[in-house]
Amino acid sequence: MNLTKYLKNRLDPLFGGTESPETKRKILLMTHVVVGYPSLEANWKMLEAMGEADVDLVELQMPFSEPSADGPLFVKANQEALRNGIRWQAYFDLMKRASERFDFPMLMMGYCNTAFSMGFENYCVNIRKNGGEGFIIPDLPLEEYGDLFEYSRQHDLDPIMLCTPTNTEERLRKICGHGSGFIYCVARKGVTGKNTELDISAEKILQQCRLYTDLPLALGFGLSHAEDLRRLHGKAEIAIVGSALLKTWEAEGETGYRKHLLSLAAARE
Amino acid sequence: MPTQAINPDASGYYGDYGGMFIPEILRTTFDELIAAFNEAKADAGFWQSYVDVMQNYSCRPTPVTPLGNFAETLGGKFQVFCKREDLNHTGAHKANNCMGQGLLVQRMNKKRVIAETGAGQHGVATATMAARMGLECTVYMGAVDVERQRPNVFWMEQLGATVISVTEGTATLKDAINAAMRDWSESMETTHYVLGTTCGPHPFPEMVAWFQSIIGQESRQQMLKINGKLPDKIYACVGGGSNASGVFLPFLEDKEVELVGVEAGGHGLDSGQHAARFSGGTVGVAQGYKTYFFQDDEGQMMHTHSIAAGLDYIGVSPILSHLHDQKRIRFTSATDDAVISATKLLMRTEGIIPALESAHAFAAVVEEAPDIPDGTQVLINLSGRGDKDIFNIAEAIGDEKWDEFLRAKALKK
Ligand SMILES: Cc1ncc(COP(=O)(O)O)c(C=O)c1O
Repeated sequence: MNLTKYLKNRLDPLFGGTESPETKRKILLMTHVVVGYPSLEANWKMLEAMGEADVDLVELQMPFSEPSADGPLFVKANQEALRNGIRWQAYFDLMKRASERFDFPMLMMGYCNTAFSMGFENYCVNIRKNGGEGFIIPDLPLEEYGDLFEYSRQHDLDPIMLCTPTNTEERLRKICGHGSGFIYCVARKGVTGKNTELDISAEKILQQCRLYTDLPLALGFGLSHAEDLRRLHGKAEIAIVGSALLKTWEAEGETGYRKHLLSLAAARE
Repeated sequence: MPTQAINPDASGYYGDYGGMFIPEILRTTFDELIAAFNEAKADAGFWQSYVDVMQNYSCRPTPVTPLGNFAETLGGKFQVFCKREDLNHTGAHKANNCMGQGLLVQRMNKKRVIAETGAGQHGVATATMAARMGLECTVYMGAVDVERQRPNVFWMEQLGATVISVTEGTATLKDAINAAMRDWSESMETTHYVLGTTCGPHPFPEMVAWFQSIIGQESRQQMLKINGKLPDKIYACVGGGSNASGVFLPFLEDKEVELVGVEAGGHGLDSGQHAARFSGGTVGVAQGYKTYFFQDDEGQMMHTHSIAAGLDYIGVSPILSHLHDQKRIRFTSATDDAVISATKLLMRTEGIIPALESAHAFAAVVEEAPDIPDGTQVLINLSGRGDKDIFNIAEAIGDEKWDEFLRAKALKK
């Protein structure tokens, strides 16, 4: 699949979409699952809810023992998933099962050591074989990619690059130059999980990246509500919601989760 | 001013190890730190100001002490000397790194420092530096370490630092590092992260080793003065690797000097309960750098164990990993039990109370003594003093009067 084309084909032409797209959304929604937390059964229920809400893109996080870019909720999720005995096989089994059952494309997300331990080539082979379209590695800057760029090309995967508000113009240009699929713009400083006031720094990072790439721009870190998505119409092509949904699952269970997800999905129009 | 015998390449690698596996949010901060460090390194005045501070605040140069009695009990066929890093202000080599980075913080004009700590030595050293330099200070410490190193927590707080107990993961040093990284990814504009050892992303291994190399430079001159020649063997304990790098690197070119790193053997290498990365570890990427980690076959970090909190860590300096592969440094390990007996021996024969971390180096010399050739001159780096370990040593020794004292104190409350 050409991920960029797929994304543009779901957006209203006035909001970065192609001529006559499949759906005319003003923004797309990417959601997140920590594999094995709270359990694989719960993951499946979350994915079913995402399927029903026609979520545009999903990332599966491979748990790691040292999640140093994550906030308290995801730290706990990583830890508990490992305690639940979640291993490599489980990430790929879930990806495979979901890719056979749902329409949304999926990305693998996780810290570098998992890909490194698997071997970069093997990592790409496994994602491709199990129906993934790309990956996000938050602690792997482009300088450390090595052969991974080549392997992703060979296996037709998009390595998703991250841009942040503290990067210099020169750095943003360089990162965007290596971009593939879409660009993941981080809305603020700090780790995952805290709410983001959609302030000037978020808008600025989007405007800056726009100068250096034609790829769709995603904004993530701290988005929670339908209102956050609406405010991004015309500014970003994709909104990423992770911790906020997991928080709802923990507080209100499946029913609350579905409600929250549907309100986010509705905010795309 | 020192020129390092080993330098990283432009990407921060020592051979296959090191690098910068950092989130983009910290890229600019690292670029600024690298620039500030390189400028300081090129400025002879900076090194001199460091030497001056270490002289008037931290008792440098620390002496080299001959340990005749200790050597005698080991058979007396070889000589033993030790470098007295225990006499530093706050009682360990950690002061070298902290004061050095403190001077750098002043150059960078930042107002707050954060640090991780295991044994609490690095936390205390950072807290003293912050107090003296007028900086705000937060120290992250694993909850398990807070338990076993309460006296150091007390001192950090008295020195004005905020100590945050980290309950995630294994609640030890590695988790404290993660927590400090999370703080830094938000606070970087005003804050410098005073990493306590030769680990983490470039330029930390290089920078910490540069400050700590003051140990080896002094030792070199002192050994030449005492004996007219360099030592034949140097032993140092290895947690993250900073005291070992500090004492070893200035001898790197002296191929005739054998360098021996001693890791934490815990309950023994067969028990799986240890922290000997070069025996039970494999190459991985975590906490911002590539090195040997104590991890399972899927790259998840495993529990480490050591009686010494400061050696209880999953990773090891990329500099040492490189020199391990090059076979320039030989690595061995010492068990908790061997460490307790070496501690007792050193106290009784020389009147020196070593930190449990440092006692690993002494334990290795005790163990290898039968194979050390006659006439050999051995230098041991005594990285710190053992006062902080009073609770653990008393417990390991099983001192009843101490137990009684603790009970009486507790009852009074
Ligand atoms: C006295 C002492 N020695 C050694 C260490 C281990 O650290 P490194 O290997 O960086 O010297 C510590 C760490 O806290 C320490 O306190």
